[in-house]
Amino acid sequence: MSKVDMSVQVGPLKLRNPVMLASGCVGYGNEISEYTDLNTIGGIVTKSISLKPRKGNPPQRIVETTGGMLNAIGLTNVGVEEFVNSKIPFLKKFDVPVICNIAASTVKEYVECTQILTTEETIKAFEINVSCPNVREGGLQFGNNVKEVGKVTGKVRAVTEKPLIIKLSPNVSYISEFAKVVKKEGGDAVSAINTLMGTAFDINTRKPKIQNVNGGLSGPAIKPVAMAKVLEISRNVDIPVIGIGGIMSWKDVIEFMIVGSSAVQIGTLNFIDPSAPGRIVKELEDYCAQNGMTRISDLTASYVID
Amino acid sequence: MFIINAQISEKIELGHNIFLFKMFCPEIASSAEPGQFLNLRINETYFPLLRRPFSVCDISGDHFYILFSPFGEGTKQLAKKSVGDNIDTHGPLGKGFNYKGEYETAVIVAGGLGSAPFPFVTRKINNKKDIISFVGGRSQKDVITYGMENVSTSTDDGSEGFEGTVVDLLETKVDELKSKNVKVFGCGPTPMLKALQSFCSKNNFDCEISTECAMACGFGICQGCPIEQTEYKDQYLLVCSDGPVFNAKDVVL
Repeated sequence: MSKVDMSVQVGPLKLRNPVMLASGCVGYGNEISEYTDLNTIGGIVTKSISLKPRKGNPPQRIVETTGGMLNAIGLTNVGVEEFVNSKIPFLKKFDVPVICNIAASTVKEYVECTQILTTEETIKAFEINVSCPNVREGGLQFGNNVKEVGKVTGKVRAVTEKPLIIKLSPNVSYISEFAKVVKKEGGDAVSAINTLMGTAFDINTRKPKIQNVNGGLSGPAIKPVAMAKVLEISRNVDIPVIGIGGIMSWKDVIEFMIVGSSAVQIGTLNFIDPSAPGRIVKELEDYCAQNGMTRISDLTASYVID
Repeated sequence: MFIINAQISEKIELGHNIFLFKMFCPEIASSAEPGQFLNLRINETYFPLLRRPFSVCDISGDHFYILFSPFGEGTKQLAKKSVGDNIDTHGPLGKGFNYKGEYETAVIVAGGLGSAPFPFVTRKINNKKDIISFVGGRSQKDVITYGMENVSTSTDDGSEGFEGTVVDLLETKVDELKSKNVKVFGCGPTPMLKALQSFCSKNNFDCEISTECAMACGFGICQGCPIEQTEYKDQYLLVCSDGPVFNAKDVVL
């Protein structure tokens, strides 16, 4: 038995450790399970699920930029029905909290989707995606409007008793205003951040490098931005934060926890090294043990700012 | 599938800015199939950040080969690596060529660096089927015939072989090809694959093509590399995990 208590509490959601796998960066778990033992990680957040299947954007969807990558996948997913029939049975085999990420174009659709899925025992919590920058409807039209985020939170809250996490956009001036409204409307936690909107152009053709023109920037390039957003929420709102943005190592996890994250999500790193999340859990435990810590959760919001 | 270090045992410069690396890695050498690919992490820093995909060019004993031309940041850095360096390699990935089948003659069609998967295909087919290879490039320096058999070449500028595209060259041989029970295997730039697709469809040749698309992960989780299907339009296939090799009639380029 480890002497370090690695468990963390994200509002009502208890995780065995703070390392979760981020939505859109693990599919529905099957591919990554060949590299990381899902039974060892804190939680897995599914690819965004919508009421109906979505084909997603045409290629080119991905381009690497300095220290990061832009993506405009367009919420490709199998839809609720197929998710329940073919994806949940696979996830059920593991002893890992499954957090279902939901995307929608209207408030009604968020509600319907949650209503259908809340009866699924395998799903331990919901993460509501109000912040995808790559779809015309239902992404940032919610994500950068405080009222809309409040409305979605309240309406979804009304139809599920499971832990409710709202995934926030960084493409706003004051992210803490959004965290405040989530708390007010009964949300249990926020995930921060979704990708930053960006673009890249080919200097010869003068065309955008991705078909959608804009994409979401992820990877180590966005880590300082993500940390500043987490810190802002942590200092202004009493709500648990799941830190996301460019985590490449266990040290990054510690940093995110120090600025206020109760847990973290690993995204882009899974594309490069799908075995990394399991390794990071072990490295975090070693760090805590070496530093004489008994609980990793003591790191959360332990920042020292003079 | 492995994520494993492969050690550079030999760097061969095949021609103008075209490199062949021989890599020691028994695990991959014993499990890769022709047409599959390997996703290489060029270095441990974040530049480049993502892995870079390379066709399995050939396998010999405990070694695999990759063929590339330093063009982008990843391949430029790779070209500078030294014998003895380890490269973190993910693979073998994707679905390769179905080279077994009932046909008698394999018709290999390659454009530029699209020659990369064919030494391995040739090695696997050799002595079991007849092989005719057609290799094209913009000009003589772009024509890569390494590891291939029974080769006819073409160049856009006429500096080597037939003057015109490799599919133009195929057109001139269509009667000969029609007299045999052939299967066509193609790899090259998308315009070439499109032309090959339409040539094979017109002449009713069974054809498999190796496609490419920018991808982040290479094993299906990022959904970054969609390819349109001919029949089922509601959903894309993924180049990395449903391909990179597809039957030419199944996908829209």
